[in-house]
Amino acid sequence: MTDLLVVEGLTRHFGGLAAVTDLHFQVKEGEIFGIIGPNGAGKTTAFSMIAGSLKPSRGSIRFRGQEIAAWPSHRVVHLGICRTHQIPRPFTDMTVHENVEVGFRYGGRRTAPRGPVTTEIERLLEFTALSAWADTTAGALPTGNRKRLELARALATDPVLLLCDEICGGLNSAETQAMLALLRRLREAGVTILYIEHDMRAVMGICDRIMVLNYGEKLAEGTPHDIQHDEGVIEAYLGRRASIRSAGGVERRA
Amino acid sequence: MSAGPLLEVDGLEVAYGDVQVIWGISFTVSRGEIVTLIGPNGAGKTTTLRALSGLLAPRAGRIRFGGAEVAGRPAHEIVRLGMIQIPEGRKLWPRMTVEENLLLGAFAPRARGMARQQLDRVYALFPRLKARLRQLAGTLSGGEQQMCAIGRGLMSEPELLMFDEPSLGLAPLLVDELFARIADIARQGVTILLVEQKVAHTLEIADRGYILETGRTVLSGTGEELRENEYVQRSYLGAT
Repeated sequence: MTDLLVVEGLTRHFGGLAAVTDLHFQVKEGEIFGIIGPNGAGKTTAFSMIAGSLKPSRGSIRFRGQEIAAWPSHRVVHLGICRTHQIPRPFTDMTVHENVEVGFRYGGRRTAPRGPVTTEIERLLEFTALSAWADTTAGALPTGNRKRLELARALATDPVLLLCDEICGGLNSAETQAMLALLRRLREAGVTILYIEHDMRAVMGICDRIMVLNYGEKLAEGTPHDIQHDEGVIEAYLGRRASIRSAGGVERRA
Repeated sequence: MSAGPLLEVDGLEVAYGDVQVIWGISFTVSRGEIVTLIGPNGAGKTTTLRALSGLLAPRAGRIRFGGAEVAGRPAHEIVRLGMIQIPEGRKLWPRMTVEENLLLGAFAPRARGMARQQLDRVYALFPRLKARLRQLAGTLSGGEQQMCAIGRGLMSEPELLMFDEPSLGLAPLLVDELFARIADIARQGVTILLVEQKVAHTLEIADRGYILETGRTVLSGTGEELRENEYVQRSYLGAT
């Protein structure tokens, strides 16, 4: 597998605070790459720099060999990188269908389609189990549906690399399983996924490789198995209890 | 003070315009208890909390707090009575500092005098906030904002504290700590109404719970009864 995304020396300061410091990592084409770490470790900051919503203080971000560090987010999206947000950000006064349509019209890699895109939108709403809610105002959706709408909006831009920021946060275990099934299907369809999540069963169950951040720096990187047994990670992030719990979750799957 | 439950909800119905979401739910919370409302997203848990907090007017039903009827009363009056909600999605003042956000939590007259002591308690719970007390809340990470929102709720000297998804965005170590601290808060005499998707954690600390589905109560019991319940295990605890 070739590297789809190569990040080198990525750094971001906020005033005197170093949110991300000299970060290096590569994401291979077709993999699900997890980023975990304590609160304030710099996970979302790293995401925002890749997605173009935040300019790096230093460093390089290469996507398919092309340097994209400090590109504005609309150009990044048109290149095929799209993100979801921790707290969903739909256009609350527009319907679910309209929200997804915005992604199709303005976010895609191809030039904006002028004609109808109803079929494509319906297909996406079906994929994310939102068909029944198509005409509902997005602001009236409960959490689980909002999260799926966040995903549908990102998918409407036809991403090559999808950045998911806590897409399972606030979902119960059945809803989490359904969301993970969607991510697996996306991977099978060729989408590469960069995944931030605190739900350890979700992360350990779905990621090919995981990077752990702590205080803006890389603490560890490896397979889910390596990460769960890394003493530094257990101490800084997982805690004994969570590490046992998630290990149990992985065993059950096997 | 009356001898009955601190909070008594009877036949509550709530609608958004024409769409009715809550269909006559009833439950009680006694002083010092931790009671949880569990259910899938869309079941009406957040809507129930919003009605209790006075953010939505119920269509029917009674909400008695300390024996007084509060259904339909405005949110600021309900806060003054000591019924405090920590909302889902943080809702901080992004251009104010962490400490200013926390101090505004103690705005109600009943809490103002205790602000300093409460602040120390919040910092003991979340040392991360103390390290960032002069930082603007809008520049905190998601998880840190969550800590700040919880801290702000604790500042208000609540009698009944209502949590909506407090663990959202918190790292695993902190989630364990948060639940331990919620149990501590209850032991200090604050009554807790908890809405959470981390059902296993929740049922470990809850005295009692109610399962809500499509706006109705379908099951209730002690934390242990619900933990052992086959339906709960299958639907909410991820057992296969």
